[in-house]
Amino acid sequence: MRYLPLTQDDRSAMLARIGASNIDDLFVDVPEEARLSGPIAGLPLHASEMAVEKHMRRLSKKNLAAADAAFFLGAGAYKHHVPASVDHIIQRGEFLTAYTPYQPEIAQGTLQMLFEFQSQVARLYGCAVANASMYDGSTACWEAVAMAGRVTKRKRVVLSGALHPHYAEVVKTMAKFTEDEIASASPALQAAPDNAGLIARIDDQTSCVVVQYPDILGRIPDLTEIAEAAHAKGALLIAVNTEPVALGAIKSPGELGADIVVGEGQSIGVGLQFGGPYLGLFAVRDPKHVRQMPGRLCGETVDAEGKRGFVLTLSTREQHIRREKATSNICTNSGLCALAFSVHMTLLGEKGLRALAAENHRLACLAADRLTKIPGVSVLNDAFFNEFTLRLGKDARKVVRTLADRGVLAGVSLGRLFPAHDELADGLLVAVTETTTEEDIETLASALEEVLA
Amino acid sequence: MNAPPKTPNASGWKPGTPVEGHNAMSGPDTATGNRALMLEEPLLFEIGHVEQTGVDLPEPPKDSGRGANRLGGFDRAEAIGLPGLSEPETVRHYTRLSRQNYAIDLGLFPLGSCTMKHNPRLNEKVARMPGFADVHPLQPVDTVRGALEVINELAFWLIELTGMYGVAMSPKAGAHGELCGILCIRAALEARGDAREVILVPESAHGTNPATAAFAGYRVEDIPATAEGRVDLEALKARLGPDVAGVMITNPNTCGLFERDMKAISDAVHAAGGFVYCDGANFNAIVGKVRPGDLGVDAMHINLHKTFSTPHGGGGPGSGPVVLSEALAPFGPLPFTARTKDGIVHLVEEENAAEFDHTQAFGRMTAFHGQMGMFTRALTYILSHGADGLKQVAEDAVLNANYILRSLEDVLDAPFGPSGPCMHEALFSDKGFAEGLSTLDLAKGLIDEGYHPMTMYFPLVVHGAMLVEPTETESKAALDQFIGALRSVAERAVNGDETLKTAPHYAPRRRLDETLAARKPVLAWQEPNPPSGSPSLSEQGGR
Repeated sequence: MRYLPLTQDDRSAMLARIGASNIDDLFVDVPEEARLSGPIAGLPLHASEMAVEKHMRRLSKKNLAAADAAFFLGAGAYKHHVPASVDHIIQRGEFLTAYTPYQPEIAQGTLQMLFEFQSQVARLYGCAVANASMYDGSTACWEAVAMAGRVTKRKRVVLSGALHPHYAEVVKTMAKFTEDEIASASPALQAAPDNAGLIARIDDQTSCVVVQYPDILGRIPDLTEIAEAAHAKGALLIAVNTEPVALGAIKSPGELGADIVVGEGQSIGVGLQFGGPYLGLFAVRDPKHVRQMPGRLCGETVDAEGKRGFVLTLSTREQHIRREKATSNICTNSGLCALAFSVHMTLLGEKGLRALAAENHRLACLAADRLTKIPGVSVLNDAFFNEFTLRLGKDARKVVRTLADRGVLAGVSLGRLFPAHDELADGLLVAVTETTTEEDIETLASALEEVLA
Repeated sequence: MNAPPKTPNASGWKPGTPVEGHNAMSGPDTATGNRALMLEEPLLFEIGHVEQTGVDLPEPPKDSGRGANRLGGFDRAEAIGLPGLSEPETVRHYTRLSRQNYAIDLGLFPLGSCTMKHNPRLNEKVARMPGFADVHPLQPVDTVRGALEVINELAFWLIELTGMYGVAMSPKAGAHGELCGILCIRAALEARGDAREVILVPESAHGTNPATAAFAGYRVEDIPATAEGRVDLEALKARLGPDVAGVMITNPNTCGLFERDMKAISDAVHAAGGFVYCDGANFNAIVGKVRPGDLGVDAMHINLHKTFSTPHGGGGPGSGPVVLSEALAPFGPLPFTARTKDGIVHLVEEENAAEFDHTQAFGRMTAFHGQMGMFTRALTYILSHGADGLKQVAEDAVLNANYILRSLEDVLDAPFGPSGPCMHEALFSDKGFAEGLSTLDLAKGLIDEGYHPMTMYFPLVVHGAMLVEPTETESKAALDQFIGALRSVAERAVNGDETLKTAPHYAPRRRLDETLAARKPVLAWQEPNPPSGSPSLSEQGGR
């Protein structure tokens, strides 16, 4: 019990000070019949560091790590290189084991970091204000929909059919309970996003239109025309981005007229981690919407000596002040993931981010060109960043399964993402990043050639 | 690489420079503004440069004009404005910032309701094993058997420790878990065609509880506390009826007391056709001693970061799995994992939910599987402690809290001291402080003694509340030193020591002006002389 510092002598002395004869005197309010008499069934006794590490390592070895495969999965989680110094910094105890910065005089490290993070995200998204992060991209997406309802006082939500299906599912799940009405388009395997179909669904009861940029098939929708159509009806445009590296190459959603921009920040600094913890990013283009934003905000101020400092602010929106009238029930953020993002972004800088984006796009173009040479395979997209959709002419789920046995993690089958849509089943979503080598591309291409032959 | 010559930081800010327009009570006492090991650090935006980078990447091809790429004409032409630093500068920037933070690695955090205990480094090592850290959530399931086993093994122990029937693992944090639990209740009621409108929340509940119930579409009604700090059972019973969907209760509660009548509360709520939600934030105090399932709880979230020591990280990420009773288990959200008779752990998602008879799930609460990185840490912690250690965790947490309560009640008012032993946290009030001195002043005085303050002004049922939770990972020596410090500051508050009003005096910053921050929000860095057409937030958004 290496984490428990009290000795038996300490315990006896403390019980004596309290005036209790034994520890169970302190549990006197727990009714007798509710107390556990024996140990937890089946749970072994405490174990040494070495023994636990061995058990966990055995479990970890049952997984195929991305680095050990030719790896092409994306769909909202991307394998990028994370510089070693990122993990070093987030493991500093002063960041790792700090509390929420409610006592700003002794939390300036976290607070200044959050202020810098907010500034980085706002610029990346082309927005005025970003918050101090959310749970992940999918929950940020729902919170954006809820916020649009508060701003417009309307209940009708238009979702693009090319929104990540998990994100759409989170919105639909929550909307069942808040009575928001969802008008969702179906996904379709076509070269360009169906902006006209989306725009046709917007009416004067629409609170928001939710569009992914680039979308789940890797296509890049023209947000400008959707923003204009939404604004003409008094609705907000919510742009969802699941690959922030793309914004080093393509225009920001804010610049194209999105009112709320949300997304997944995992690509910068966080790592795959089987889906979490990830990092929700949330920003608004117009500062007047700040008071309707969910989540924590860090702001600049001065101390009693006039020195610059930072505090959590505008907390009158939050649950601990407004209880049932709060903008959301969220009481945390992804502080440490925000730190990882911010450190990685600092290492990149604008120059590095642009170079990283260019390298992702270059390799993705290379892969697309190579894969279309395979008989029967075509690339769906006219335009893409680092992820595109292949049509295989067969159920991609089976192809993915077969390729995994050869050590090739080929991508995400649309059948897995959209199980209710059989017409998408021959689609395979392939993501390429700077960690992909030309050899990996060749491995995937030749394995696909064999499997499809 | 050739970095361009650095321009001086655009704002001209240097460490220790008082901001214009504010009266500096005392100027910097060194030329740099630094004080020996306490170093000031400018903002990244003041020292970084858009042409500087700390990574080596291929130079973007110069000749690829529009058309040579496949971006469809959406190329980003405008500057983004993201400053970079070289690697040594980056490490130094963040290391200097880190030194402005209090952290559990530096000392005791007496935070009530926000358990801050030692974070074992083995947990960090395990979470970083490539088989956990470097796997994609949508990999073919037979390439992630070990990850699914971690989820399943942790789920199994959470069910055993709580005496419940099932567990939804995907909620991302405590409040997200609350929402999951309340939505399960709502889904179960709707499945039986029972539209109820009200959730009852005792006064002493966390602020997230009423916010959650409201977010899930319920009307919230308060239930008062008795004079001894527990839920008023009679008042609760009187309010129950066919419109009440459920009760959200915290046990042990936020006054630090065990709800003795928990079983009677559950029975009454069930008899009225409702469900019992228990806020599991304080599970720390009873793990291995009491199983909430035995007390009639239908849903409870478990803050893995609190009970099972995943690091707080300066505000998150957390993780909030929700254990469910048999009545609610069919309504848990996807994805979930299930072990079948063949011993294999299956991942249940939309495509195979019917196969596993889980078609009543209300949907997804998040993309992917939840906080895997927290699951590995929590499982490591559970296995490290084992059955004997977890019970000792609860006993030592309760012992330490009572030790603090009884060691200080002669100098600080303990409103529920006479109610009997506290659980894992001790509650004090500001009664007896000299006129003009507040709980806030005492808290800031504690900073000068080298401690993070306790939770202040919560729970709301006590005036000037101070909630202290030492946790089980503090030694007696550490507790004695803390008791000495709190006694000294409390005596100053009682005796009217005016210097407390301006505390802290020795922290990296003196008391910060939170009103100014809210009145004129500055939420992102702006160039000191912004180019025309980019008005500042305070001009646009301020009142």
